[in-house]
Amino acid sequence: MLSASHRLHAEGLTEEENRAAYGKCNNPHGHGHNYVVEVVVGGPVDAETGMVINLVALDEAVRSRVMERFDHTNLNFDALFAKQVPTTENLCRAVFGLLRDALPAGKLEYVRVEETENNFFECYET
Amino acid sequence: MVFLTRRATFSASHYYWNPGWGAEKNEQVFGRCANRNGHGHNYTLEVTVAGEPDAVTGFVVDLKWLKAVMEREVLDAYDHRHLNLEVLEFLATETRATIPTTENIAIAVWKRLERAITEAGGARLTCVRIYETPEIFAEYRGEA
Repeated sequence: MLSASHRLHAEGLTEEENRAAYGKCNNPHGHGHNYVVEVVVGGPVDAETGMVINLVALDEAVRSRVMERFDHTNLNFDALFAKQVPTTENLCRAVFGLLRDALPAGKLEYVRVEETENNFFECYET
Repeated sequence: MVFLTRRATFSASHYYWNPGWGAEKNEQVFGRCANRNGHGHNYTLEVTVAGEPDAVTGFVVDLKWLKAVMEREVLDAYDHRHLNLEVLEFLATETRATIPTTENIAIAVWKRLERAITEAGGARLTCVRIYETPEIFAEYRGEA
């Protein structure tokens, strides 16, 4: 779980358009969520280790690439969101990209990010 | 590609009864679910749509809009209703019925949502999942 704040505000839209598009999420001071991140890897079970992936290595990748970067931060200030709005769609895609680059090639199947108990997002390779 | 899922809950009653069968067969096949006085569930609905996040807004679809569509197309018709007696797609004739099983509810919800989501453009409906209880759910992903 990672706790972070964000504000949904698109530079390309006027103040009024931003309020219409994002409603409460456009509040200038931002707001926060406890995001739940699920990382799914897939592949053959290694004949020697009996593992698809070393879970210690997976945990370390999630900790160093995702948790340290985003937990208890304001997402709007992260370089990844300098040019895109930190919607959970874009957060999910960002987490996918960070982990894909950190894990052995082809292992990462998808990333799921739950923003609240009523909505979640899944990102696959495209 | 990002898949976005929105949850909602509704409560409804139903029973399982095939009007083309006698009472004995209905009770044999459907057991306790064949009780004609009906029974109820708290259903959880999960609707998944897929698309690329919009370059300006970062949204696949606006979650407020999706919530409104789910409320208008599904919850307004199903919530606190008797599915067999009050919901169009499950009304029985003397000889046949679409029985409001979790499977058939998933298909019915898909049909209710597909047009509104497709007409809005930008995202496509990819999955409807209905939990009848926390232990049982049915998923419909359209005709492949």
